[in-house]
Amino acid sequence: MSRHDTKGVSPASNDGFLLKLELHSDPKLLCVVRGALENLTEVFGFSPPDRRSVTRAVDEALTNIMRHCYQGQLDQPIEVYCTRVPRRSSSDGAGLQILLCDYGPEVDPAKLRGRPLDEIKPGGLGLHFIRQSMDTVEYQRSGSTNQFRLVKYLQPSTQSLGS
Amino acid sequence: MQISARHSDRTTIFDVSGDIDLANSPEVRKALLREVREKRTPRVVMNLSKVRYIDSSGVASLVEGLKACRDLNLRFILFGLSPSAREVLQLSRLLKIFEVYDNEDQALASQI
Repeated sequence: MSRHDTKGVSPASNDGFLLKLELHSDPKLLCVVRGALENLTEVFGFSPPDRRSVTRAVDEALTNIMRHCYQGQLDQPIEVYCTRVPRRSSSDGAGLQILLCDYGPEVDPAKLRGRPLDEIKPGGLGLHFIRQSMDTVEYQRSGSTNQFRLVKYLQPSTQSLGS
Repeated sequence: MQISARHSDRTTIFDVSGDIDLANSPEVRKALLREVREKRTPRVVMNLSKVRYIDSSGVASLVEGLKACRDLNLRFILFGLSPSAREVLQLSRLLKIFEVYDNEDQALASQI
């Protein structure tokens, strides 16, 4: 498998392809991705709270990749694929799927659960934010690639690019 | 992100502007903890009215500031939360833990 293969998801060949971003693992670029996601989610037709949710989830997922997968290295590759996916039921609209790919070490799924919130302490909140913000949160290892798949579905009343 | 401090009447107000994320939350944490642990200012106030976005590392910095204040029996106050900042504190169940006001006048007038 090539370094940039995303076998299993093939986002770039999907008819629903919307946007691809490639960035280095430099935290200074997080604001750039947030800006892109804020605009994409608006065009897609999400409500302001859902726009913030999607942007927050992607930002937190990228933060985790930078901190934990790449351990603070600033020059490692990250790819972000945004695609439109079909509705999952008649009660919601189309979904926006964001696939984040990195080439760091395999992630221990046990560490993706997040910590309980009943203790007041710093840290460990990012995963909780992601799970609270998105409808689907999945991780898989494909060859040398970590793939984090996030999906948020439109509420039925919203119609735009996602309709 | 920019952070500056105003000092008056046993109070320090940090004016923060921009987004607080992984790139700059260490700067917020450093400024906060220095004010609390070294200067022991009785009341530390965070003006977040020009902060549009706070990520989990930013929330962690605020929690560290709160805990440091509690350890020294000092007050730690937030005001001017954006919708996004309010949401992350709600998601992390911390909104009720912090002392939060809508604006500076209310924050400075508060007595506990």
